Amino acid sequence: MTSAFDPKPEMLRIHDLHAFYGESHILHGIDLHVGRGECITLLGRNGSGRSTTLKSILGLVGRRTGSIMVNGKDVIAEPTHRMARYGIGYVPEERAIFASLSTEENLMLPPQVASGGMSVDEIYGMFPNLLERRSSPGTKLSGGEQQMLAMARVLRTGAKLLLLDEITEGLAPVIVKKLGEVIVELKKRGFTIVLVEQNFRFAAPLADRHYVLEHGEIIATITKEELPGKMDWLHQTLGV
Amino acid sequence: MEIFGVPSALLGSQLLVGLINGSFYAILSLGLAIIFGLLNIINFAHGAQYMMGAFIAWLALTKFNVNYWVALIAAPLLVGLFGVILERTMLRKLYKLDHLYGLLLTFGLALIIEGVFRDQFGISGESYDVPDALAGGINLGFMFLPIYRAWVIVASLTVCFGTWYMIEKTRLGAYLRAGTENSQIVQALGINVPLLITFTYGYGVALAAFAGVLAAPVFQVNPLMGSNLIIVVFAVVVIGGMGSILGSIVTGIGLGLIEGLTRVFYPEASAVVVFVIMVIVLLVRPAGLFGKA
Repeated sequence: MTSAFDPKPEMLRIHDLHAFYGESHILHGIDLHVGRGECITLLGRNGSGRSTTLKSILGLVGRRTGSIMVNGKDVIAEPTHRMARYGIGYVPEERAIFASLSTEENLMLPPQVASGGMSVDEIYGMFPNLLERRSSPGTKLSGGEQQMLAMARVLRTGAKLLLLDEITEGLAPVIVKKLGEVIVELKKRGFTIVLVEQNFRFAAPLADRHYVLEHGEIIATITKEELPGKMDWLHQTLGV
Repeated sequence: MEIFGVPSALLGSQLLVGLINGSFYAILSLGLAIIFGLLNIINFAHGAQYMMGAFIAWLALTKFNVNYWVALIAAPLLVGLFGVILERTMLRKLYKLDHLYGLLLTFGLALIIEGVFRDQFGISGESYDVPDALAGGINLGFMFLPIYRAWVIVASLTVCFGTWYMIEKTRLGAYLRAGTENSQIVQALGINVPLLITFTYGYGVALAAFAGVLAAPVFQVNPLMGSNLIIVVFAVVVIGGMGSILGSIVTGIGLGLIEGLTRVFYPEASAVVVFVIMVIVLLVRPAGLFGKA
């Protein structure tokens, strides 16, 4: 329920989330929350459990326990294909652009899950390269174009909660800058965003709050205001 | 008239036989390719499901007086439903395992299905008359063309290219292609992949049954008709490349024609020519002519 005392109702709340791949225990009780329209980051070294946290939300790991509330509803028992219906748009680290589909087919692939998604014209306005290359096979695109396509395809569906995994990885600075502008624009449009990032300089100005993970646990929560005072500690912890 | 010293009627009729066999190879290998692409299972029960299609048509006609045209629609639907049940109750449990387990399960199912039909109907074979509307033939001048055989070619090519169109040009086909590449991400994007898999298996199996009904008036309806054909169809799939849609259609028809030509020019080799080609393809291009390495 939206109330006058709660201007940012929760989009996502994760409580005591544990995840397992076979015998290995990857996440050890993650707790975090994201208000509607907020942007948060998950920071940490490789293997700290950031991507696994996103995958766990979608049910892409072997086994999970705990609770995952999306818009106030516990969805941990839901099958993966139903998660998009709760308004979750996922941009995987590997981008997962389909080689046997054209750019436009890739863009149009996810079914619409809610009203209020961006129109195809708006998306092409945001990413003009994709319009030019709409009939090329998905994998003929450059790395930056593939990343834009992976983002574009979840903006059309009406998803309100975006899970973005390492979207700047391996991209040229000019494209990283463009993606930063896109995130600012998406925040303005009211999207809720969870960013997994290595590139701290990219994430810092965008996020309202940072969660720092190590060995599958959250070891610190840093708000935007606290960030300047924690920079040294963060650099040390993340090894950047 | 003679071509390369061979009477045109002989050449024409052998090419026709080749084209008919090729149509069956195409439609059966197409079903196998679609199933393998999405499910990662080599459907060894394909021949048995083809045989079930033919038997359902024969039973429908002899026991219930249901004609060919109704059987041509109803038999694929029934066998497709049987496939859906197999997928939901058995195949589903094997997706996380190696290909080999799916192959073993479907091979076992093929033996069971064939065994049941042998027990019920023996192996002497039953005949199924050509439907009246397709009886007779046309004299083309250089050869005689039975109308039913022409129909088999037209019907199977229509179904093959219709299937190809559905996969390459429609939204459902885009789901299928994407699911073949990375089914986890397709699920995360909100597409019900388990349902898509069930539908795909059912459709692939229905294609086999459709071929079975088409085959009923051409060959004898016999519990072993599937196992005789399926060995060649697997060779076709290997030559074309596992999982390639257009490849399986083109390879199927091409190999049927090559078999027909071999029967004219060097009949002794006609039964093995497909396997010789398979060995060469495996050595030179192991992923198949249309497969991606």
